[in-house]
Amino acid sequence: MSGVTGERVAEVWARLVREARDAGYSVNPDDQFARELVQGLLENEARYGYPACPCRLASGDRGSDLDIICPCDYRDVDLNDYGSCYCALYVSPEIARGAKKAGAIPDRRPVGGPAAQSRDMEALDIKGLPFPVWRCRVCGYLCARPQPPLICPICKAGKERFERFS
Amino acid sequence: MLEPNHVNGTLTKHRILMYTLSTCGWCRRTKALLQELGVAYDYVDVDLQTGGNRELAKEELLKWNPASSFPTIIIDGDECIIGFQEDRLRELASA
Repeated sequence: MSGVTGERVAEVWARLVREARDAGYSVNPDDQFARELVQGLLENEARYGYPACPCRLASGDRGSDLDIICPCDYRDVDLNDYGSCYCALYVSPEIARGAKKAGAIPDRRPVGGPAAQSRDMEALDIKGLPFPVWRCRVCGYLCARPQPPLICPICKAGKERFERFS
Repeated sequence: MLEPNHVNGTLTKHRILMYTLSTCGWCRRTKALLQELGVAYDYVDVDLQTGGNRELAKEELLKWNPASSFPTIIIDGDECIIGFQEDRLRELASA
C-alpha cells in the first residue's frame, strides 16, 4: 500500500523511543500498535510532506496542520488529562509500565483545525526585554533569544511550532 | 460515488458502515475486533479517497459526526458509534 519499509519504521521508532526517554516522555508499550502508528506517520509524511497525526485527517496544507504534526500541540494536555495522546503513541508512565491500559480519547483539536490565527513570530513588540521569549507550542519550552531554535531541544518540534511568549 | 470496501462475516444482522483512516491505530483495532467477532462490515478509508470522493466522504462523515473523528461507525443507517468502543462493538455482535 505504501513505500514505507519495515526497516524505516524500525529506525524511526527507535529514534522516537530514545528521544521520548531522554525528554521524560513515555511511549505505548504495545510494540505492534506503536509501530503501526509510526508507519502511519511515515505514510502521512510521504503523502502530505509532513508527519501528520495518523488518527486525524490531514488537509494537505502544512500551514493549517502545524498543530497536528507529531508531536501534536495537544499531546501534553491529553497526557495530563487522559494518560495518552490522541493516537496513543505517547502515554503516561502508568500506561507505559502496564499498570493502566490506553483507551480511545476525545479529540480536543477544534473541528477543522485551529482558527486562522496570526503565526507571525515578529508580530509582538515587547519593550524592556533584551531578547524576545519564545514558547514551544508542543511542550512549553521557553527560551530567550533573537529567534526560536530550529528544533525544540525538548520535544524536537520544528521552529515554526514556536510562538512569541513575551 | 463512494465505494466502500466490504469485509465478510458470519454476523450480518446489522448493516455496518465505518468511516476510517488507513493510518489510524484505533480504526485498525475496530476493524480487527469486528473481524474477530465475525461481524460483516463496510468501510471507507477517507484518507485513501482521491479526487471528489475525498470531499464526498468528508461530507457524509460530517452528517453523522460533527467532530469528523475516526472511526465513525454507523449501524443500520440509524445509530452511530464514535471512536473505538470495545464494549459497544461486542454488544453489537451479541445483540
